[in-house]
Amino acid sequence: MEASIKTVDLTKSFGDLVAVDHVNFEVGVGEVFGFLGPNGAGKTTTIRMLVGLTTPSEGTATVAGYDILEDIVEVKRRVSVVPETSNLYDELSVWDNLLFASRLYHVPRRDRADRIKGLLETFHLRERRDTPFGRLSRGLKRRVVIAAALVHQPRIVFMDEPTAGLDVMSALSLRKFIGELRLEDTTVFLTTHYIEEADQLSDRVAIIVEGKIVTVDTSENIKSSVRGIPVIEALLSKEPDMSMMDELGELGEVERTERKIKIVTGNVTEVLDSLIHLASQRGIRFEYVNTIRPSLEDAFVRLTGVSPDVMRAEKERGRR
Amino acid sequence: MLIDELRGVYFILLKDLRAYYFKPPNISWGILFPLVLALAFSLRNPAGLGELAPGLIAMAAVFGTTSMEAIVITFERRTGALERLLLAPISIKSILMGKVLGGTVFGLMISGVMTGISITLFGMRVVNPLWFTASLSLTLLTLSALGALIAVSVKEVFEAQTLSNYFRFPMIFLCGVFIPVEAMPLPLQAISYLLPLTYSVDALKATTTGLSSLQGLMLDAAALSLFLIVFLTAANVLLKRSLK
Repeated sequence: MEASIKTVDLTKSFGDLVAVDHVNFEVGVGEVFGFLGPNGAGKTTTIRMLVGLTTPSEGTATVAGYDILEDIVEVKRRVSVVPETSNLYDELSVWDNLLFASRLYHVPRRDRADRIKGLLETFHLRERRDTPFGRLSRGLKRRVVIAAALVHQPRIVFMDEPTAGLDVMSALSLRKFIGELRLEDTTVFLTTHYIEEADQLSDRVAIIVEGKIVTVDTSENIKSSVRGIPVIEALLSKEPDMSMMDELGELGEVERTERKIKIVTGNVTEVLDSLIHLASQRGIRFEYVNTIRPSLEDAFVRLTGVSPDVMRAEKERGRR
Repeated sequence: MLIDELRGVYFILLKDLRAYYFKPPNISWGILFPLVLALAFSLRNPAGLGELAPGLIAMAAVFGTTSMEAIVITFERRTGALERLLLAPISIKSILMGKVLGGTVFGLMISGVMTGISITLFGMRVVNPLWFTASLSLTLLTLSALGALIAVSVKEVFEAQTLSNYFRFPMIFLCGVFIPVEAMPLPLQAISYLLPLTYSVDALKATTTGLSSLQGLMLDAAALSLFLIVFLTAANVLLKRSLK
Protein backbone atom coordinates (compact mmCIF):
# COMPACT_ATOMS: atom_id res chain seq x y z
CA MET A 1 0.00 0.00 0.00
CA GLU A 2 1.38 3.41 -0.98
CA ALA A 3 1.25 5.53 2.17
CA SER A 4 -0.40 8.89 2.11
CA ILE A 5 0.11 9.35 5.84
CA LYS A 6 2.57 7.43 7.97
CA THR A 7 3.13 8.19 11.63
CA VAL A 8 6.18 6.99 13.53
CA ASP A 9 5.84 7.05 17.32
CA LEU A 10 3.93 10.32 17.05
CA THR A 11 3.64 11.74 20.54
CA LYS A 12 2.33 14.95 22.08
CA SER A 13 2.61 15.85 25.73
CA PHE A 14 1.25 18.88 27.54
CA GLY A 15 3.25 18.92 30.76
CA ASP A 16 2.58 15.60 32.46
CA LEU A 17 -0.38 14.82 30.25
CA VAL A 18 0.43 12.58 27.29
CA ALA A 19 -2.34 13.46 24.84
CA VAL A 20 -1.00 11.28 22.00
CA ASP A 21 1.24 8.42 22.99
CA HIS A 22 3.61 6.88 20.41
CA VAL A 23 0.96 6.50 17.74
CA ASN A 24 1.80 4.44 14.65
CA PHE A 25 -0.45 3.97 11.64
CA GLU A 26 -0.44 4.22 7.86
CA VAL A 27 -3.13 5.55 5.57
CA GLY A 28 -3.08 4.57 1.90
CA VAL A 29 -3.53 6.86 -1.09
CA GLY A 30 -7.22 7.29 -1.90
CA GLU A 31 -8.27 5.63 1.31
CA VAL A 32 -11.07 6.88 3.54
CA PHE A 33 -9.64 6.41 7.01
CA GLY A 34 -11.96 6.67 9.99
CA PHE A 35 -10.30 7.94 13.15
CA LEU A 36 -12.51 7.25 16.13
CA GLY A 37 -12.21 7.70 19.83
CA PRO A 38 -13.94 9.13 22.88
CA ASN A 39 -13.74 12.85 23.63
CA GLY A 40 -10.24 13.81 24.73
CA ALA A 41 -8.74 10.60 23.32
CA GLY A 42 -6.23 12.50 21.19
CA LYS A 43 -7.97 12.65 17.78
CA THR A 44 -7.81 16.41 17.31
CA THR A 45 -4.25 16.64 18.68
CA THR A 46 -3.17 13.97 16.19
CA ILE A 47 -4.72 15.90 13.29
CA ARG A 48 -3.21 19.18 14.52
CA MET A 49 0.23 17.58 14.45
CA LEU A 50 -0.30 16.11 10.98
CA VAL A 51 -1.29 19.48 9.49
CA GLY A 52 1.32 21.59 11.25
CA LEU A 53 -0.88 23.35 13.79
CA THR A 54 1.12 21.91 16.65
CA THR A 55 4.55 20.32 16.86
CA PRO A 56 5.03 16.76 18.11
CA SER A 57 6.87 16.25 21.40
CA GLU A 58 8.36 13.02 20.03
CA GLY A 59 8.25 11.01 16.84
CA THR A 60 7.24 12.29 13.45
CA ALA A 61 4.99 11.61 10.47
CA THR A 62 5.13 11.71 6.71
CA VAL A 63 2.15 13.37 5.07
CA ALA A 64 1.78 13.39 1.27
CA GLY A 65 5.41 12.26 1.06
CA TYR A 66 6.83 15.07 3.23
CA ASP A 67 8.06 14.97 6.81
CA ILE A 68 5.97 17.18 9.09
CA LEU A 69 9.07 18.30 10.99
CA GLU A 70 11.19 19.07 7.94
CA ASP A 71 8.79 20.22 5.21
CA ILE A 72 5.61 21.42 6.82
CA VAL A 73 5.00 24.07 4.13
CA GLU A 74 5.09 21.35 1.45
CA VAL A 75 2.67 19.30 3.58
CA LYS A 76 0.36 22.30 3.89
CA ARG A 77 0.31 22.77 0.11
CA ARG A 78 -1.06 19.25 -0.30
CA VAL A 79 -3.56 18.90 2.52
CA SER A 80 -6.66 20.68 3.68
CA VAL A 81 -8.73 20.64 6.81
CA VAL A 82 -12.49 20.77 7.13
CA PRO A 83 -12.86 21.93 10.72
CA GLU A 84 -15.76 21.09 12.95
CA THR A 85 -16.84 24.73 13.09
CA SER A 86 -17.40 26.83 9.98
CA ASN A 87 -14.55 29.31 10.09
CA LEU A 88 -14.84 31.30 6.88
CA TYR A 89 -15.41 35.05 6.74
CA ASP A 90 -18.98 36.14 7.46
CA GLU A 91 -18.59 39.46 5.69
CA LEU A 92 -17.30 38.01 2.42
CA SER A 93 -19.53 36.41 -0.18
CA VAL A 94 -19.34 32.71 -1.00
CA TRP A 95 -17.38 33.55 -4.16
CA ASP A 96 -14.94 35.84 -2.32
CA ASN A 97 -14.34 33.25 0.39
CA LEU A 98 -13.50 30.63 -2.23
CA LEU A 99 -11.38 33.12 -4.14
CA PHE A 100 -9.40 33.97 -1.00
CA ALA A 101 -8.86 30.26 -0.29
CA SER A 102 -7.64 29.69 -3.86
CA ARG A 103 -5.24 32.65 -3.63
CA LEU A 104 -3.90 31.56 -0.26
CA TYR A 105 -3.13 28.10 -1.65
CA HIS A 106 -1.44 29.50 -4.76
CA VAL A 107 -3.98 28.22 -7.29
CA PRO A 108 -2.82 29.75 -10.60
CA ARG A 109 -4.82 32.85 -11.52
CA ARG A 110 -5.98 31.34 -14.85
CA ASP A 111 -7.51 28.33 -13.07
CA ARG A 112 -9.18 30.10 -10.16
CA ALA A 113 -12.52 31.09 -11.71
CA ASP A 114 -13.08 27.69 -13.36
CA ARG A 115 -12.12 25.84 -10.20
CA ILE A 116 -14.53 27.92 -8.08
CA LYS A 117 -17.36 27.63 -10.62
CA GLY A 118 -16.90 23.85 -10.63
CA LEU A 119 -17.12 23.68 -6.85
CA LEU A 120 -20.20 25.91 -6.78
CA GLU A 121 -21.84 23.46 -9.19
CA THR A 122 -20.75 20.38 -7.24
CA PHE A 123 -22.06 21.74 -3.97
CA HIS A 124 -25.21 23.33 -5.46
CA LEU A 125 -24.10 26.80 -4.41
CA ARG A 126 -24.31 28.59 -7.75
CA GLU A 127 -27.34 30.62 -6.72
CA ARG A 128 -25.58 31.67 -3.52
CA ARG A 129 -22.29 32.84 -5.00
CA ASP A 130 -22.89 36.49 -4.02
CA THR A 131 -24.49 35.81 -0.63
CA PRO A 132 -22.35 36.78 2.37
CA PHE A 133 -21.17 33.66 4.16
CA GLY A 134 -22.65 34.90 7.46
CA ARG A 135 -26.17 34.84 5.99
CA LEU A 136 -26.11 31.19 4.96
CA SER A 137 -27.84 28.37 6.83
CA ARG A 138 -25.69 25.93 8.80
CA GLY A 139 -25.92 23.29 6.08
CA LEU A 140 -24.95 25.71 3.31
CA LYS A 141 -22.07 27.06 5.40
CA ARG A 142 -20.79 23.53 5.81
CA ARG A 143 -20.88 23.03 2.05
CA VAL A 144 -18.93 26.25 1.46
CA VAL A 145 -16.33 25.25 4.06
CA ILE A 146 -15.83 21.93 2.30
CA ALA A 147 -15.68 23.63 -1.10
CA ALA A 148 -13.03 26.02 0.28
CA ALA A 149 -11.03 23.03 1.51
CA LEU A 150 -11.06 21.47 -1.95
CA VAL A 151 -10.28 24.53 -4.06
CA HIS A 152 -6.55 23.73 -4.28
CA GLN A 153 -7.25 20.07 -5.08
CA PRO A 154 -5.54 18.65 -1.98
CA ARG A 155 -4.21 15.11 -1.93
CA ILE A 156 -5.39 14.60 1.64
CA VAL A 157 -8.49 16.06 3.28
CA PHE A 158 -8.80 15.99 7.06
CA MET A 159 -12.46 16.13 7.98
CA ASP A 160 -13.37 16.78 11.58
CA GLU A 161 -17.01 15.91 12.25
CA PRO A 162 -18.06 16.85 8.71
CA THR A 163 -21.76 16.09 9.15
CA ALA A 164 -22.19 17.41 12.69
CA GLY A 165 -25.27 19.59 12.94
CA LEU A 166 -26.39 18.96 9.37
CA ASP A 167 -29.92 18.03 8.36
CA VAL A 168 -30.45 14.49 7.06
CA MET A 169 -30.40 15.43 3.37
CA SER A 170 -27.24 17.55 3.63
CA ALA A 171 -25.50 14.83 5.62
CA LEU A 172 -26.50 12.22 3.01
CA SER A 173 -25.24 14.28 0.12
CA LEU A 174 -22.00 15.01 1.96
CA ARG A 175 -21.43 11.32 2.65
CA LYS A 176 -21.98 10.62 -1.03
CA PHE A 177 -19.43 13.26 -1.90
CA ILE A 178 -16.84 11.82 0.51
CA GLY A 179 -17.29 8.50 -1.26
CA GLU A 180 -16.67 10.22 -4.60
CA LEU A 181 -13.43 11.79 -3.36
CA ARG A 182 -11.99 8.31 -3.02
CA LEU A 183 -12.48 7.79 -6.74
CA GLU A 184 -10.21 10.75 -7.41
CA ASP A 185 -7.43 9.22 -5.27
CA THR A 186 -7.96 11.84 -2.60
CA THR A 187 -7.23 10.48 0.84
CA VAL A 188 -9.86 11.33 3.45
CA PHE A 189 -8.94 11.30 7.13
CA LEU A 190 -12.28 11.32 8.88
CA THR A 191 -13.07 11.89 12.54
CA THR A 192 -16.67 11.54 13.56
CA HIS A 193 -18.86 10.72 16.51
CA TYR A 194 -21.32 8.98 14.21
CA ILE A 195 -19.91 5.47 14.31
CA GLU A 196 -22.32 4.26 11.61
CA GLU A 197 -21.03 7.02 9.37
CA ALA A 198 -17.45 5.85 9.85
CA ASP A 199 -18.57 2.27 9.28
CA GLN A 200 -20.34 3.19 6.07
CA LEU A 201 -17.65 5.45 4.61
CA SER A 202 -14.30 4.19 5.82
CA ASP A 203 -12.06 1.64 4.16
CA ARG A 204 -10.31 1.21 7.49
CA VAL A 205 -10.86 2.50 10.98
CA ALA A 206 -8.47 3.35 13.80
CA ILE A 207 -9.70 3.64 17.36
CA ILE A 208 -7.70 5.79 19.75
CA VAL A 209 -8.19 5.69 23.51
CA GLU A 210 -6.25 7.82 25.99
CA GLY A 211 -3.75 8.76 23.32
CA LYS A 212 -3.03 5.18 22.24
CA ILE A 213 -4.22 3.37 19.14
CA VAL A 214 -6.12 0.28 20.28
CA THR A 215 -6.93 -1.04 16.83
CA VAL A 216 -6.44 -0.23 13.14
CA ASP A 217 -8.36 -2.44 10.76
CA THR A 218 -11.30 -2.68 8.40
CA SER A 219 -14.57 -2.19 10.21
CA GLU A 220 -15.55 -5.76 9.23
CA ASN A 221 -12.47 -7.14 10.97
CA ILE A 222 -13.04 -4.97 14.02
CA LYS A 223 -16.63 -6.20 14.22
CA SER A 224 -15.43 -9.78 13.80
CA SER A 225 -13.15 -9.38 16.80
CA VAL A 226 -16.24 -9.08 19.01
CA ARG A 227 -18.53 -11.20 16.80
CA GLY A 228 -18.28 -14.27 19.01
CA ILE A 229 -20.49 -12.61 21.55
CA PRO A 230 -24.10 -12.07 20.43
CA VAL A 231 -26.20 -9.16 21.57
CA ILE A 232 -29.86 -9.23 22.53
CA GLU A 233 -31.57 -5.97 21.82
CA ALA A 234 -35.10 -5.28 23.08
CA LEU A 235 -37.45 -2.32 23.12
CA LEU A 236 -39.70 -2.48 26.17
CA SER A 237 -43.11 -0.89 26.70
CA LYS A 238 -41.70 1.02 29.68
CA GLU A 239 -38.36 1.65 31.32
CA PRO A 240 -37.10 -1.30 33.41
CA ASP A 241 -36.73 -0.64 37.14
CA MET A 242 -33.47 -0.89 39.08
CA SER A 243 -34.15 -4.40 40.43
CA MET A 244 -34.75 -5.71 36.91
CA MET A 245 -31.54 -4.03 35.74
CA ASP A 246 -29.65 -5.61 38.63
CA GLU A 247 -30.96 -9.07 37.80
CA LEU A 248 -30.20 -8.60 34.10
CA GLY A 249 -26.72 -7.44 35.04
CA GLU A 250 -26.05 -10.86 36.51
CA LEU A 251 -26.81 -12.46 33.12
CA GLY A 252 -24.51 -10.35 30.97
CA GLU A 253 -23.22 -6.88 30.13
CA VAL A 254 -26.26 -4.58 29.99
CA GLU A 255 -26.59 -1.19 28.37
CA ARG A 256 -29.83 0.80 28.63
CA THR A 257 -31.03 3.87 26.75
CA GLU A 258 -34.50 4.74 28.14
CA ARG A 259 -36.72 1.82 27.05
CA LYS A 260 -34.10 0.14 24.88
CA ILE A 261 -31.78 -2.43 26.40
CA LYS A 262 -28.85 -4.31 24.95
CA ILE A 263 -27.42 -7.40 26.62
CA VAL A 264 -24.12 -8.84 25.52
CA THR A 265 -24.19 -12.52 26.48
CA GLY A 266 -22.71 -15.88 25.70
CA ASN A 267 -26.00 -17.71 26.32
CA VAL A 268 -28.82 -16.25 24.26
CA THR A 269 -31.50 -18.84 25.10
CA GLU A 270 -31.12 -18.66 28.85
CA VAL A 271 -30.88 -14.87 28.89
CA LEU A 272 -33.91 -14.51 26.62
CA ASP A 273 -35.96 -16.77 28.95
CA SER A 274 -34.88 -14.74 31.96
CA LEU A 275 -35.58 -11.45 30.20
CA ILE A 276 -39.10 -12.53 29.23
CA HIS A 277 -39.71 -13.81 32.75
CA LEU A 278 -38.47 -10.63 34.44
CA ALA A 279 -40.47 -8.42 32.09
CA SER A 280 -43.71 -10.35 32.52
CA GLN A 281 -43.33 -10.20 36.32
CA ARG A 282 -43.41 -6.41 36.01
CA GLY A 283 -46.11 -6.22 33.39
CA ILE A 284 -43.66 -4.98 30.77
CA ARG A 285 -44.42 -5.88 27.16
CA PHE A 286 -41.91 -6.18 24.32
CA GLU A 287 -42.19 -3.90 21.33
CA TYR A 288 -39.44 -5.94 19.69
CA VAL A 289 -36.71 -8.38 20.62
CA ASN A 290 -33.78 -8.99 18.35
CA THR A 291 -30.59 -10.99 18.43
CA ILE A 292 -28.00 -9.04 16.56
CA ARG A 293 -24.44 -9.45 15.55
CA PRO A 294 -22.19 -6.74 16.96
CA SER A 295 -21.99 -3.48 15.04
CA LEU A 296 -18.95 -1.23 14.83
CA GLU A 297 -20.65 0.75 17.57
CA ASP A 298 -20.67 -2.34 19.80
CA ALA A 299 -17.02 -2.96 18.98
CA PHE A 300 -16.29 0.68 19.78
CA VAL A 301 -18.04 0.39 23.13
CA ARG A 302 -16.14 -2.78 23.99
CA LEU A 303 -12.80 -1.31 22.97
CA THR A 304 -13.21 2.12 24.54
CA GLY A 305 -15.68 1.50 27.34
CA VAL A 306 -17.55 4.63 26.23
CA SER A 307 -21.04 4.74 24.76
CA PRO A 308 -21.25 6.77 21.53
CA ASP A 309 -24.51 8.30 22.82
CA VAL A 310 -22.68 9.64 25.87
CA MET A 311 -19.86 10.81 23.64
CA ARG A 312 -22.22 12.66 21.31
CA ALA A 313 -24.07 14.25 24.22
CA GLU A 314 -20.76 15.49 25.68
CA LYS A 315 -19.79 16.84 22.30
CA GLU A 316 -23.10 18.67 21.91
CA ARG A 317 -22.69 20.21 25.37
CA GLY A 318 -19.19 21.34 24.40
CA ARG A 319 -20.50 22.88 21.19
CA ARG A 320 -23.14 24.87 23.10
CA MET B 1 9.35 30.86 -2.18
CA LEU B 2 9.55 34.57 -1.50
CA ILE B 3 7.03 35.44 -4.21
CA ASP B 4 4.45 33.07 -2.67
CA GLU B 5 5.05 34.66 0.73
CA LEU B 6 4.63 38.18 -0.68
CA ARG B 7 1.46 37.13 -2.49
CA GLY B 8 0.18 35.65 0.78
CA VAL B 9 0.83 38.96 2.58
CA TYR B 10 -0.99 40.87 -0.16
CA PHE B 11 -4.01 38.54 -0.24
CA ILE B 12 -4.39 38.61 3.55
CA LEU B 13 -4.20 42.42 3.46
CA LEU B 14 -6.79 42.57 0.69
CA LYS B 15 -9.09 40.17 2.52
CA ASP B 16 -8.81 42.08 5.82
CA LEU B 17 -9.53 45.40 4.12
CA ARG B 18 -12.65 43.99 2.45
CA ALA B 19 -13.89 41.89 5.34
CA TYR B 20 -13.22 44.28 8.21
CA TYR B 21 -11.63 47.68 7.63
CA PHE B 22 -13.50 49.09 4.65
CA LYS B 23 -16.95 48.63 6.09
CA PRO B 24 -19.16 51.75 6.23
CA PRO B 25 -19.14 52.06 10.07
CA ASN B 26 -15.35 51.84 10.17
CA ILE B 27 -14.87 54.32 7.34
CA SER B 28 -17.25 56.80 8.99
CA TRP B 29 -15.42 56.33 12.32
CA GLY B 30 -12.14 56.81 10.50
CA ILE B 31 -13.33 60.18 9.18
CA LEU B 32 -15.28 61.32 12.24
CA PHE B 33 -12.59 60.50 14.81
CA PRO B 34 -9.97 62.95 13.48
CA LEU B 35 -12.67 65.55 12.76
CA VAL B 36 -13.96 65.44 16.34
CA LEU B 37 -10.41 65.44 17.68
CA ALA B 38 -9.56 68.50 15.59
CA LEU B 39 -12.78 70.27 16.58
CA ALA B 40 -12.21 69.60 20.28
CA PHE B 41 -8.70 71.03 20.21
CA SER B 42 -9.60 74.01 18.03
CA LEU B 43 -12.37 74.96 20.49
CA ARG B 44 -10.07 74.52 23.48
CA ASN B 45 -7.10 76.42 22.10
CA PRO B 46 -7.63 78.06 18.70
CA ALA B 47 -4.14 79.57 18.74
CA GLY B 48 -1.12 77.33 18.18
CA LEU B 49 -3.02 74.53 16.50
CA GLY B 50 -0.38 74.34 13.81
CA GLU B 51 2.14 73.43 16.51
CA LEU B 52 -0.16 70.84 18.00
CA ALA B 53 -1.01 69.30 14.60
CA PRO B 54 1.89 66.78 14.40
CA GLY B 55 0.88 65.45 17.83
CA LEU B 56 -2.74 65.12 16.69
CA ILE B 57 -1.64 63.26 13.57
CA ALA B 58 0.40 60.91 15.76
CA MET B 59 -2.59 60.44 18.06
CA ALA B 60 -4.82 59.62 15.07
CA ALA B 61 -2.17 57.12 13.98
CA VAL B 62 -2.18 55.46 17.43
CA PHE B 63 -5.94 54.96 17.47
CA GLY B 64 -6.23 54.20 13.77
CA THR B 65 -3.70 51.40 13.82
CA THR B 66 -4.27 49.72 17.16
CA SER B 67 -8.05 49.97 17.60
CA MET B 68 -9.30 47.84 14.71
CA GLU B 69 -6.31 45.57 14.30
CA ALA B 70 -6.42 44.24 17.85
CA ILE B 71 -10.10 43.43 17.32
CA VAL B 72 -9.52 41.78 13.94
CA ILE B 73 -6.81 39.42 15.16
CA THR B 74 -8.54 38.40 18.41
CA PHE B 75 -11.86 38.02 16.56
CA GLU B 76 -10.27 35.76 13.96
CA ARG B 77 -8.61 33.74 16.68
CA ARG B 78 -11.99 33.26 18.33
CA THR B 79 -13.83 32.23 15.18
CA GLY B 80 -11.07 29.89 14.02
CA ALA B 81 -10.31 32.05 10.96
CA LEU B 82 -6.76 32.69 12.22
CA GLU B 83 -6.25 28.93 12.42
CA ARG B 84 -7.37 28.74 8.79
CA LEU B 85 -4.55 31.14 7.91
CA LEU B 86 -2.07 29.13 9.99
CA LEU B 87 -3.01 26.04 7.95
CA ALA B 88 -2.09 27.76 4.70
CA PRO B 89 1.29 27.17 3.06
CA ILE B 90 2.76 30.51 4.13
CA SER B 91 4.91 31.45 7.11
CA ILE B 92 3.65 32.96 10.34
CA LYS B 93 5.76 36.03 9.54
CA SER B 94 3.80 36.60 6.33
CA ILE B 95 0.48 36.14 8.12
CA LEU B 96 1.54 38.71 10.70
CA MET B 97 2.78 41.08 8.03
CA GLY B 98 -0.55 40.88 6.20
CA LYS B 99 -2.34 41.70 9.45
CA VAL B 100 0.07 44.55 10.28
CA LEU B 101 -0.40 46.08 6.83
CA GLY B 102 -4.19 45.99 7.30
CA GLY B 103 -3.84 48.09 10.45
CA THR B 104 -1.32 50.32 8.68
CA VAL B 105 -3.65 51.08 5.78
CA PHE B 106 -6.54 51.87 8.14
CA GLY B 107 -4.24 54.05 10.26
CA LEU B 108 -3.10 55.80 7.09
CA MET B 109 -6.69 56.63 6.26
CA ILE B 110 -7.35 58.20 9.68
CA SER B 111 -4.04 60.02 9.99
CA GLY B 112 -4.39 61.10 6.35
CA VAL B 113 -7.70 62.78 7.17
CA MET B 114 -6.04 64.39 10.20
CA THR B 115 -3.13 65.58 8.05
CA GLY B 116 -5.58 67.08 5.54
CA ILE B 117 -7.43 68.92 8.31
CA SER B 118 -4.13 70.11 9.79
CA ILE B 119 -2.94 71.53 6.46
CA THR B 120 -6.22 73.11 5.36
CA LEU B 121 -7.65 74.32 8.67
CA PHE B 122 -4.75 74.57 11.13
CA GLY B 123 -2.26 76.02 8.71
CA MET B 124 0.26 73.25 9.22
CA ARG B 125 3.05 73.25 6.60
CA VAL B 126 4.88 70.15 5.55
CA VAL B 127 8.42 71.42 5.08
CA ASN B 128 9.93 68.08 4.17
CA PRO B 129 7.24 65.97 2.43
CA LEU B 130 9.52 63.01 1.77
CA TRP B 131 10.60 62.63 5.37
CA PHE B 132 7.08 63.42 6.59
CA THR B 133 5.68 60.55 4.49
CA ALA B 134 8.49 58.20 5.52
CA SER B 135 8.10 59.07 9.22
CA LEU B 136 4.32 58.70 9.14
CA SER B 137 4.56 55.36 7.28
CA LEU B 138 7.12 54.03 9.74
CA THR B 139 4.99 55.25 12.65
CA LEU B 140 1.92 53.48 11.26
CA LEU B 141 3.82 50.25 10.65
CA THR B 142 5.37 50.30 14.14
CA LEU B 143 2.12 51.07 15.94
CA SER B 144 0.31 48.47 13.86
CA ALA B 145 2.96 45.91 14.86
CA LEU B 146 2.35 46.92 18.47
CA GLY B 147 -1.38 46.29 17.88
CA ALA B 148 -0.56 42.83 16.51
CA LEU B 149 1.67 42.07 19.49
CA ILE B 150 -1.10 43.07 21.90
CA ALA B 151 -3.65 40.99 19.99
CA VAL B 152 -1.59 37.79 19.94
CA SER B 153 -0.85 38.16 23.67
CA VAL B 154 -4.51 37.84 24.67
CA LYS B 155 -7.46 35.61 23.91
CA GLU B 156 -10.51 37.86 24.03
CA VAL B 157 -11.44 41.00 22.14
CA PHE B 158 -12.10 42.98 25.34
CA GLU B 159 -8.70 41.95 26.72
CA ALA B 160 -7.06 43.32 23.59
CA GLN B 161 -8.88 46.63 24.00
CA THR B 162 -7.95 46.92 27.68
CA LEU B 163 -4.33 46.04 27.04
CA SER B 164 -4.19 48.49 24.11
CA ASN B 165 -5.28 51.28 26.43
CA TYR B 166 -2.37 50.52 28.78
CA PHE B 167 -0.09 51.54 25.92
CA ARG B 168 -2.20 54.15 24.12
CA PHE B 169 -2.96 56.60 26.92
CA PRO B 170 0.51 56.72 28.52
CA MET B 171 1.96 57.20 25.04
CA ILE B 172 -0.36 60.13 24.33
CA PHE B 173 0.59 61.86 27.58
CA LEU B 174 4.30 61.03 27.67
CA CYS B 175 5.41 61.25 24.07
CA GLY B 176 5.18 64.96 23.41
CA VAL B 177 1.71 65.05 21.86
CA PHE B 178 0.51 67.78 24.26
CA ILE B 179 3.54 68.62 26.39
CA PRO B 180 7.05 68.70 24.91
CA VAL B 181 9.17 65.86 26.25
CA GLU B 182 11.86 68.32 27.35
CA ALA B 183 9.35 70.08 29.63
CA MET B 184 8.59 66.89 31.58
CA PRO B 185 10.36 65.75 34.79
CA LEU B 186 13.45 63.64 34.13
CA PRO B 187 11.98 60.25 35.18
CA LEU B 188 9.07 60.79 32.79
CA GLN B 189 11.47 61.86 30.06
CA ALA B 190 13.34 58.59 30.55
CA ILE B 191 10.09 56.64 30.19
CA SER B 192 9.09 58.64 27.12
CA TYR B 193 12.24 57.57 25.27
CA LEU B 194 11.18 53.95 25.77
CA LEU B 195 7.97 54.58 23.82
CA PRO B 196 7.83 54.63 20.00
CA LEU B 197 5.41 57.53 19.74
CA THR B 198 8.06 59.92 21.14
CA TYR B 199 10.13 59.37 18.02
CA SER B 200 7.06 59.66 15.76
CA VAL B 201 6.00 62.99 17.25
CA ASP B 202 9.57 64.25 17.11
CA ALA B 203 9.92 63.29 13.44
CA LEU B 204 6.51 64.68 12.46
CA LYS B 205 7.25 67.96 14.26
CA ALA B 206 10.64 68.16 12.60
CA THR B 207 9.25 67.63 9.11
CA THR B 208 6.50 70.23 9.62
CA THR B 209 8.65 72.92 11.28
CA GLY B 210 11.96 72.21 9.58
CA LEU B 211 13.67 72.61 12.96
CA SER B 212 15.57 69.33 12.97
CA SER B 213 18.69 68.06 11.30
CA LEU B 214 18.84 65.08 8.99
CA GLN B 215 20.68 63.18 11.73
CA GLY B 216 17.77 63.83 14.09
CA LEU B 217 15.29 62.46 11.55
CA MET B 218 17.48 59.46 10.86
CA LEU B 219 17.74 58.77 14.58
CA ASP B 220 13.94 58.86 14.88
CA ALA B 221 13.64 56.54 11.88
CA ALA B 222 16.21 54.15 13.35
CA ALA B 223 14.43 54.09 16.73
CA LEU B 224 11.05 53.43 15.07
CA SER B 225 12.58 50.68 12.92
CA LEU B 226 14.03 49.08 16.03
CA PHE B 227 10.63 49.16 17.75
CA LEU B 228 9.05 47.70 14.59
CA ILE B 229 11.50 44.79 14.55
CA VAL B 230 11.06 44.15 18.28
CA PHE B 231 7.24 44.18 18.07
CA LEU B 232 7.13 41.95 14.98
CA THR B 233 9.63 39.48 16.42
CA ALA B 234 7.80 39.29 19.74
CA ALA B 235 4.43 38.82 17.99
CA ASN B 236 5.94 36.11 15.79
CA VAL B 237 7.39 34.29 18.81
CA LEU B 238 4.11 34.48 20.73
CA LEU B 239 2.06 33.22 17.78
CA LYS B 240 4.54 30.41 17.18
CA ARG B 241 4.47 29.50 20.86
CA SER B 242 0.70 29.10 20.64
CA LEU B 243 1.34 26.27 18.16
CA LYS B 244 3.60 24.35 20.54
